[in-house]
Amino acid sequence: MSEALKFHFEVDGKDFTSAGHASVMVKKNLRQLGLPPEKIRQVSIAMYEGEINMVIHAGGGVADVSVTQDYVEIVLKDNGPGIKDIEQAMQEGFSTATENIRSLGFGAGMGLPNMKRYSDFMEIDSTVGVGTTITMRVNI
Amino acid sequence: MKISTIKDLLEADVICCEEELGAHVYSACGSDMMSDVLAYVKDQAVLLTGLVNSQVIRTAEMMDMKCVVFVRSKNPTAEMISLAQESGIVLLASKKRLYEACGILYSNGLVGNRVKNV
Ligand SMILES: Nc1ncnc2c1ncn2[C@@H]1O[C@H](COP(=O)(O)OP(=O)(O)OP(=O)(O)O)[C@@H](O)[C@H]1O
Ligand SMILES: [Mg+2]
Repeated sequence: MSEALKFHFEVDGKDFTSAGHASVMVKKNLRQLGLPPEKIRQVSIAMYEGEINMVIHAGGGVADVSVTQDYVEIVLKDNGPGIKDIEQAMQEGFSTATENIRSLGFGAGMGLPNMKRYSDFMEIDSTVGVGTTITMRVNI
Repeated sequence: MKISTIKDLLEADVICCEEELGAHVYSACGSDMMSDVLAYVKDQAVLLTGLVNSQVIRTAEMMDMKCVVFVRSKNPTAEMISLAQESGIVLLASKKRLYEACGILYSNGLVGNRVKNV
């Protein structure tokens, strides 16, 4: 693998049911590439949490995943409301999720801290009223 | 514990992936919050839940789980069943409540955290 392998997905923000589809596809591809299961799980969980966030907080977006010899990089970009206070959003238990989202099984305020835990590198670039781009890398 | 034993103990119906009933699992977890499953669960291969939507199956898939048990007579949708089939995840449906179902499995030796050397 000298060239990076790239995957691109549109994440539909109106359809909660299909949220996570991109993460499932990435997981299947990484399995085919024969990456170690624990690395695949790290990528899967980090990306899935981010994908769900794009759907429930930002009205959808795009996901770009590249696989190089050294790492898997996940870039999640949305044009949602942005995150006002990133430090606060990163705290376990902080959530602005509505009761409706909680009834769907999300909104515990655990996603961003979990993404941080499962990635070796994570950067959040967010502007209120413009959108959020999250870059994560898992070393392989 | 075999997944077929879980089926028997919980008097559950098999909804899909019957061919995987012989697989062995060593630990389980119970929750209606997928956020918590994603954040706290480690190697648990079975998820017991009363929540019914596609994200239950995707969460199980992301966590490499082998079996999802729907409690309180909840039934998954056709879309959830096809997602589970694609991933080879056994779906079971039981009339028992979450607390009772977890208690039955736990007292029969299916722990919350996988114990080494079993
Ligand atoms: N892409 C995003 N756009 C706008 N706001 C976001 C985005 N991602 C996260 N946030 C904000 O950060 C908060 C914390 O996110 P986090 O993923 O940790 O928790 P949650 O999504 O609310 O709940 P959980 O992830 O446990 O289901 C969210 O409640 C939301 O306010
Ligand atoms: Mg989240």
